Amino acid sequence: MEGTIPLSYYIAVSAILFTMGALGVLIRRNALIVFMSIELMLNAANLAFVAFARSYGVLTGQIFVFFVITVAAAEVAVGLALIVAIFRSKHSIDVDQMSSLKG
Amino acid sequence: MLLEYAAIALFIIVATAIGFIAIGLGNFFGPRSSTEIKAMPYESGMDPIGPGTRRLPVRFYLIAVLFILFDIEVVFFLPWAIVFRQLGWFGLVEMFIFIIILLVGYFYAWKKGALEWE
Amino acid sequence: MTQTDLLTLLPNILLVTWACILLLVDLFIPQRRKGMIALLAVFGLAVVMGIVLAQAGREMTAFNGMIVVDGFSVFLSVLFLATGILGIAIAYGYLKRMGIERGEYYTLMLFSISGMLLMAQAADLIVIFLGLELLSIPLYVLAAWARPRLESEEAGLKYFLLGAFATGFVVYGIAMTFGATGSTRLSEIVARVAGGEAVTTLLLIGAALLLVGFGFKVAAVPFHMWTPDVYQGAPTSVTGFMAVGAKAAGFAALLRIFVSAFPSLSVDLVPVLWGLAAVTMIGGNLIAIAQTDIKRMLAYSSIAHAGYILMAFVPYGNPKVAHDSVASALFYLVAYAITSFGAWAMVIALEKAEGKGLEINDYAGLGRKHPAMAAAMTVFMLSLTGIPPTLGLIGKLYLFRSVVEGGFIGLAIIGVLTSLISAYYYLRVVVVMYMRDGDPQVTSESWLNLTIGAAALATVVLSFVPAALFTLASDAVLKLF
Repeated sequence: MEGTIPLSYYIAVSAILFTMGALGVLIRRNALIVFMSIELMLNAANLAFVAFARSYGVLTGQIFVFFVITVAAAEVAVGLALIVAIFRSKHSIDVDQMSSLKG
Repeated sequence: MLLEYAAIALFIIVATAIGFIAIGLGNFFGPRSSTEIKAMPYESGMDPIGPGTRRLPVRFYLIAVLFILFDIEVVFFLPWAIVFRQLGWFGLVEMFIFIIILLVGYFYAWKKGALEWE
Repeated sequence: MTQTDLLTLLPNILLVTWACILLLVDLFIPQRRKGMIALLAVFGLAVVMGIVLAQAGREMTAFNGMIVVDGFSVFLSVLFLATGILGIAIAYGYLKRMGIERGEYYTLMLFSISGMLLMAQAADLIVIFLGLELLSIPLYVLAAWARPRLESEEAGLKYFLLGAFATGFVVYGIAMTFGATGSTRLSEIVARVAGGEAVTTLLLIGAALLLVGFGFKVAAVPFHMWTPDVYQGAPTSVTGFMAVGAKAAGFAALLRIFVSAFPSLSVDLVPVLWGLAAVTMIGGNLIAIAQTDIKRMLAYSSIAHAGYILMAFVPYGNPKVAHDSVASALFYLVAYAITSFGAWAMVIALEKAEGKGLEINDYAGLGRKHPAMAAAMTVFMLSLTGIPPTLGLIGKLYLFRSVVEGGFIGLAIIGVLTSLISAYYYLRVVVVMYMRDGDPQVTSESWLNLTIGAAALATVVLSFVPAALFTLASDAVLKLF
């Protein structure tokens, strides 16, 4: 295909996004931002799926993206509820302060 | 092929540069005096009271979370609608089952009072 | 959808439908009679188990090869359903006692178990992903069940963040595997790899990411940081269910993926798996020594046991011993499930409100005041260590044998040495129970006592007839290769 962006570019972007997400989880301390970083990792995978699916000419990858999106939504619902609950009881969502469980 | 993108790259560089130059010139030439009064949100209004951001009632989060859930599930309707005719009765029944499962969740949220505002 | 499709997925369909019905029924049941939901849930699990058993011995492939019924799936499904029934049995009185009884608890457990069943039956990475999430998301909620107790909320959030992080790795691993082979179906992946059409680099990255993701789920060192905190903070009935069910499901997926899709990668993966198993056994057992809280101690013990089960993965690429090693992994999973459930049930029996009664020292005097309870706890501790006459010992023997036969004598030695180390902290509980004076408060509750008794009995009795169970496990894995 003339003039299209080669597959490796997509995969490179997706790998960068995934690394950013993983680093975000490890470095950031705010539970919401950690969670956003996780979403970034999932979307990096989505990008890779769509790119591979197009290059192979099969639909599997695109279908997978649908599932990832919906499952991520379910995770968001549960995760936000947990974050709101914990904010209401301790007025902080800093993951470093979650230390009532150190033995 | 890459050359086609050169114009875009040039555009981005120039646009960024103009932004920096505009702010830089203002900073460099403009007279500045910073006082406490100037730093207030409204220079000649009332003294601000309390924190700038107000907390929203937690009900907003509940509604928002429910919205996300039911909103995203609609994503499965799109591919279904495209091949609806090929799928025939099977597709119709299948989608009804899917909707019933969603309705179970909706009914649960309703009975639990998640949709009540007061 | 054909009839085969329906029959193959019938246990799962029934379980999810039943869970939805219970969710609605629960709305109309007054608070003081929520126990009814527990009984209904157990009834549903028992019916589904009957159907799964009726599937035994059959081979079915459905939904274009995405879902299968084979010996492996039946074996693990029965394990998961039994875990569910026991999980409800230990939760029934505990939730009431702690004032956190809500009908949704049992519904969420049913959903989680249906996720486990899906993972056991999956023959496609998409289905494995869906099963994993269906299993995990209800568990995130259950971990925070004792809300507004801060420990429980924090446990829920931690489990959620780390679990979602692990999911990210799993999804990206699946993406890379898909990129390498152009398919997510396990049978097609292995065919493409055999045909030399796969991109090896991407496949290796994919396998490594999947290993990291599932390493989090089964709590292998160095992906175990969340385990002690979550196990300690979550309500104990949830912890017991999580320690057995979620771990077994993680191993189910790992076994299925690695054995049936990645046999060709064994050369590259074996050193990694070797290191992972060794570090997990050493780390889990060493840190467990320093614990004074019984829940934390059992958490590190569960990490250590993940290491033992990981040992079975190491020789998976060697066709001569692979079959036996996978069978011994299944055997060990069952042994671990029974023993660990019993131990967690004991923790529940001694736990009191406000998180009291969870120190190992609180077990002092149990031998004199409640000899039967103390005897049961002794059996569990012996089994976790691997001292006869218990199932734990037999499981370890099978594991070590297959590892030695695979030529990994060094790993087997590490296994034996760490078992010796573990004797120190397991037997300390026994010593405290019998040698020290104290006044332990035990809650006697019929379902709980029944679980403890049954688990203790099974741990001892099955150890005398291990061959039968091993044959079952062995038959179960026949079709994997």
